[in-house]
Amino acid sequence: MRLLLFAFLGLFTSLSRAGEPVLIAAAADLKFAFDDVLAEFSKTHPELEPKVTYGSSGTLTQQIENGAPFDLFLSADAKLPRRLIEGGQADKASFFLYAQGHLVIWVPTASKLDLAKLGLRALLEPGVRKVAIANPEVAPYGAAAMAALKGAGLVDAVKPRLVLGENVAQTAQFVQSGAADAGIISLSLALAPKMKADGRHWEIPADGLPPIEQGVVIMTKSAHRAGAEAIAKYLRSERGMALLERYGFTRPAPAK
Amino acid sequence: MMDWSAFWLTARLAFVTSCVLGALGLPLAWWLARTRWRGRLFLEAIVSLPLVLPPTVIGFYVLVLLGPRTAFGAALERVLGHPLPFTFTGLVVASVLYSLPFAVQPFTGAFRAIDLALLEAARSAGATPWRAFRRVAIPMAWPGLLSGFILSFAHTLGEFGVVLMVGGNIPGVTRTVSVSIYDSVQSLDYAGAGKTAALLLVVSFVVLSVTYALQRDFRLGPGR
Repeated sequence: MRLLLFAFLGLFTSLSRAGEPVLIAAAADLKFAFDDVLAEFSKTHPELEPKVTYGSSGTLTQQIENGAPFDLFLSADAKLPRRLIEGGQADKASFFLYAQGHLVIWVPTASKLDLAKLGLRALLEPGVRKVAIANPEVAPYGAAAMAALKGAGLVDAVKPRLVLGENVAQTAQFVQSGAADAGIISLSLALAPKMKADGRHWEIPADGLPPIEQGVVIMTKSAHRAGAEAIAKYLRSERGMALLERYGFTRPAPAK
Repeated sequence: MMDWSAFWLTARLAFVTSCVLGALGLPLAWWLARTRWRGRLFLEAIVSLPLVLPPTVIGFYVLVLLGPRTAFGAALERVLGHPLPFTFTGLVVASVLYSLPFAVQPFTGAFRAIDLALLEAARSAGATPWRAFRRVAIPMAWPGLLSGFILSFAHTLGEFGVVLMVGGNIPGVTRTVSVSIYDSVQSLDYAGAGKTAALLLVVSFVVLSVTYALQRDFRLGPGR
């Protein structure tokens, strides 16, 4: 009996050590786009086993600061990787901007809202009881949504209807499932096949709003640096950029 | 898509947690059941805290105390070579705290129900305290002990808030079944979430049915 127990425990520990994949923390707006990037990447690099955790960039940053063992961090807001560089958790030389994101209003197909005509004011229509946005405290697209509402002078009017997702993918799920009547999400999620099939979107004009600059960085403590570098390099390549463009990302503004 | 690695990981986590709780909880429960010290009620309250505390409170304390920002966490990091949060071991520590009452309460109840005269008879017949414990107390208390083991196992299976805070959501390392369901829903993979949820429902039901069956057999069956 005791022997059996030890055998069990031995099995447990040995299996937990097997294979050491590259751990990637990625902003939730990349959920479908980056899956495609990695699928393509793996065709030429079958030896690497990238494993992705999607979440809000703010939560992922907090996890990295508390010691989460990620190798690579793809943030939706370039400020967060910069904060990690200042804190010593991320390597300054590895940082670059990989894309610029865009913000949309998304409604289910059945919705009668005329987004093209009303724009953000569509959120004030009486049929709209709940508006999903990502939590502005931790999610860059939530902060961008609040900035857009503020810019249009709609914050006070829309606030009572707001429901907050932990990250922008959860926010998209809130509207896609019909739990909310409209949502402010990333263009990248709106263009994902599953979202496209169930609704339509309208891009919120970026004029006067801070750009959504997305940055990537490698961690100083990364145990799989070569793998992390290969993935970062692929993201920057023509092929990687083209895949991101399919999901509505645009190329980053040239470095200042 | 069914997330088998999450299932395997969760089963491992629950099993290891229940074993640790057995090792720590049995002596603690034995002492709680036997002591006449009045202050024991504070200890019992501490043991039961996870029943009422939000999992996020437990998660927050474990994350902060074991993380690299405290002296204790930094010392752990030097010993282990990596910080404890966001690892399997970190999840075990958090789960032991989280499931503590589910093991210790049934253990204590089972030990309290033992007739002291039988233990004393064993002692006066020459048995050492350890032998009396092993040969008299354990056999008499076993349904309660087994319930404690199974309940803490089942409770750990369904852990969510603590795992998300202490473990993050790292595939194959800290993505347990409940986190995998949360993740599938966010990926709009309702079919995958549904299958995983159904399997967890069936497993939980079977585990609890077995517990009740064992207890009934013991109560109604012939005395040992």
